Amino acid sequence: MGNYVTAFFVGGLVCGLGQLFLDYTRYKPAHLLVGLVVLGSILTGFGWYEGLIKFAGAGVTVPVSSFGNILTKGVLMESNRDGFLGLFKGVLEAASAGVGASVVIAFFVALIFNPRD
Amino acid sequence: MPNVNKSPDEYKNIVKKNRKEGSRFKKFLRAYIVGGIICMVGQGFWNLYILMDISQNDAGTLSTITMIFLGALLTGIGIYDEMGQFSGGGTIVPVTGFANAMVSPALEYKQEGLIMGLAANMFSVAGPVLVFGMVSSFIIGVLKYVL
Repeated sequence: MGNYVTAFFVGGLVCGLGQLFLDYTRYKPAHLLVGLVVLGSILTGFGWYEGLIKFAGAGVTVPVSSFGNILTKGVLMESNRDGFLGLFKGVLEAASAGVGASVVIAFFVALIFNPRD
Repeated sequence: MPNVNKSPDEYKNIVKKNRKEGSRFKKFLRAYIVGGIICMVGQGFWNLYILMDISQNDAGTLSTITMIFLGALLTGIGIYDEMGQFSGGGTIVPVTGFANAMVSPALEYKQEGLIMGLAANMFSVAGPVLVFGMVSSFIIGVLKYVL
């Protein structure tokens, strides 16, 4: 599951390429995030993401593409077990913790703090 | 010096071009380094949770949640957006950036109320990310189911 060195170099590379994407196109950070999530889904569809995690660990689980990975993993897991219905159930299956936590945490942080001028 | 005889406009273009290329490479490097460090922090939490006898999968999930918490907190304090000025993609691409994309607009529109301000704007970036994430994973699931 990777180590500090591979996490730094692979994770940094993903971020650096993201910066190049922002600099060389007119797209905004929101496009970058969406693109990464979709990319993560596609890589998972081909079955490559697990291998990337084995090699780079947090270098590929910290970038948002891992959201795509987790979402797709959930769908594939549930559809293997439940068939057609699993395609819908699975969408939030594995990602439930991450999505739930980010909504709850973001809500309370935004509630407690005030914007700085 | 062979290239001194340039018109002011030509000269300006050369300066502009060189400055832009240079700063683009610098921005790439900054994003690389800051993003890499954030991933190392994530790796650190992952290792820590595994040491605490949590299964590898759960430890990964917990470290993601920890990073989301840190990203949200640093945004609340006002540090994360300053880091973003320096590192660009390095603070956008990691999940801490996803948390930042939720908290930052929520804070900005907070004065418009808890529901239409804070809560509604929390999803201005996170919403599209979740929609496309879910739809793309659904499509991949269908393809794998059918094929």
